[in-house]
Amino acid sequence: MAVKTIANAQVQVTDDGYLEDMNQWNEDIAKEIAKELGIELTDKHFEVINYLREKTKAGEGLTIRKVGKSGVVDIKELYKLFPKGPLKFSSKIAGIPKPTSCI
Amino acid sequence: MKNLLILGAGTAGTMMLNKLYKELDKEEWKVTIVDQYKTHYYQPGFLFIPFGVYKKEDVTKPKYDFFPAGAEVIFSPIDKIVGEENKVYLEGGKVLNYDFLIIATGTQTRPSETTGLKDKLWYKDIFDFYTIDGALALHKRFKDFKGGNLVMCIAELPYKCPVAPIEFVCLAEAYFTKRGIRDKVNITYVTLMSGAFTKPVASKMLGELLEEKNIKVVPDFYLEHVDNENKKIVSYDEREIPFDILTIVPVNMGSDMIERSGLGDDMNYVKTNKYTLQSDQFENIFVIGDAANLPTSKAGSVAHFAGEILMENILAAMEGRELPAKFDGHANCYIETGYGKGALIDFNYITEPLPGTFPLPGIGPFGLLKNTKMNHYGKILFRWIYWHILVKGKELPIEADMTMAGKQRV
Ligand SMILES: Cc1cc2nc3c(=O)[nH]c(=O)nc-3n(C[C@H](O)[C@H](O)[C@H](O)COP(=O)(O)OP(=O)(O)OC[C@H]3O[C@@H](n4cnc5c(N)ncnc54)[C@H](O)[C@@H]3O)c2cc1C
Repeated sequence: MAVKTIANAQVQVTDDGYLEDMNQWNEDIAKEIAKELGIELTDKHFEVINYLREKTKAGEGLTIRKVGKSGVVDIKELYKLFPKGPLKFSSKIAGIPKPTSCI
Repeated sequence: MKNLLILGAGTAGTMMLNKLYKELDKEEWKVTIVDQYKTHYYQPGFLFIPFGVYKKEDVTKPKYDFFPAGAEVIFSPIDKIVGEENKVYLEGGKVLNYDFLIIATGTQTRPSETTGLKDKLWYKDIFDFYTIDGALALHKRFKDFKGGNLVMCIAELPYKCPVAPIEFVCLAEAYFTKRGIRDKVNITYVTLMSGAFTKPVASKMLGELLEEKNIKVVPDFYLEHVDNENKKIVSYDEREIPFDILTIVPVNMGSDMIERSGLGDDMNYVKTNKYTLQSDQFENIFVIGDAANLPTSKAGSVAHFAGEILMENILAAMEGRELPAKFDGHANCYIETGYGKGALIDFNYITEPLPGTFPLPGIGPFGLLKNTKMNHYGKILFRWIYWHILVKGKELPIEADMTMAGKQRV
């Protein structure tokens, strides 16, 4: 665990850069993390991010398949919005924990 | 008389039937089990069929062989569970009442969930080895395979026996070497995970093992469709991999019956308390085996360890006591790596697979995350243990809770 300054805010992050506490998140933090990943956030990105945060708050696990069935985006779009990391990058930007695949 | 009803007579359901039948007072309890099929398959054996190591008869027995005399057995598809009424409806309308219910309906492959998978090339050049038919068809196809691209692809998470596809490519490597055509076969392991396996330490070890065997790993590949015309698999981010033979782990899902009963998540796995194995929705419903949405492997070994916990808890619930036992997610998998060798991984909800040795009293130790002959014998021995001990609900010399003895922290 480390403290990092993102968009002028002091936040706690994990070794691979995910926020420790999703309540420390705000839109400016999202934009700056996205920039580091080479992504410019649009309204569509924020729709996905808000969906991810809602589900996480409700204690639900997330998979690419589930996001694809959410009605917010389909899987192809999700890949276009967050190239190379449809769930990992979107989760990082949304300030929620790194997705785990349980097997 | 009170009714204990078990749904599904596969590995977990049959095991629980045997365990509980011994324990319960027959004057007080009637025990019933329901399944749609009469044949019990030793599913871990499917892996060896394509290579001619096992034949159909090595992995097949009548389910009747494993039921205790006196238990009521019904062969019928199950339509749905109505938890509020403590009733199970069978297809055709028959209704069963229960006081306690155990769901053990497992998980099934769903090739139709992926566009182009169950199409022209299905069982011609595209095979799953997760079903008896797929494994037998692949055995035939391998016999006259002269070389080309063999692609192993995992379509979705979670799937049962997470190490099976790794074992499959290792066995294929050894098989084609033995046939003298290894230099003509390119083997590619395609996964939607970020490495050969999920958990970091095991992923690194298994990744290195595959590299050593000249098996190419393509990570982060999420299958969108199969192009039958051009014999390619295509991912959502539009990457393409050509194949001559495609072996696939199709999307795995729980029974539609679970969905109709309103008890499942979006993959039809029953929402289950990961410690007590009780349904999140009904206190008199318990869940075991692949059917549960537990965050651990879907494997026979997990069902075995969970069985001891379930037994303690359901007996307590029947007597109105608090549930005493907590499952830790213990999984223990042999990984067949070819040339008569194998590796072993042992882990739970919290501890990822670590290197070291696994202390099996009287037989072990087995090397954890190491490639040894002893581990291979463990796998071969497992078939005997499966038919004679595991499914019959007898005790094995392994503790339900994972032990840190012998493991090296890294
Ligand atoms: C290729 C392969 C290799 C494997 N290797 C290993 C290994 O090395 N080690 C290991 O531990 N595990 C291994 N496994 C996994 C292991 O076989 C399963 O985890 C185990 O069988 C799960 O038991 P279960 O009782 O939950 O499900 P199953 O044994 O699949 O039983 C479910 C039963 O429910 C019945 N059913 C489902 N729906 C209905 C319905 N609606 N109506 C009526 N009946 C229904 C089915 O007919 C079936 O009999 C392997 C699996 C495969 C496919």
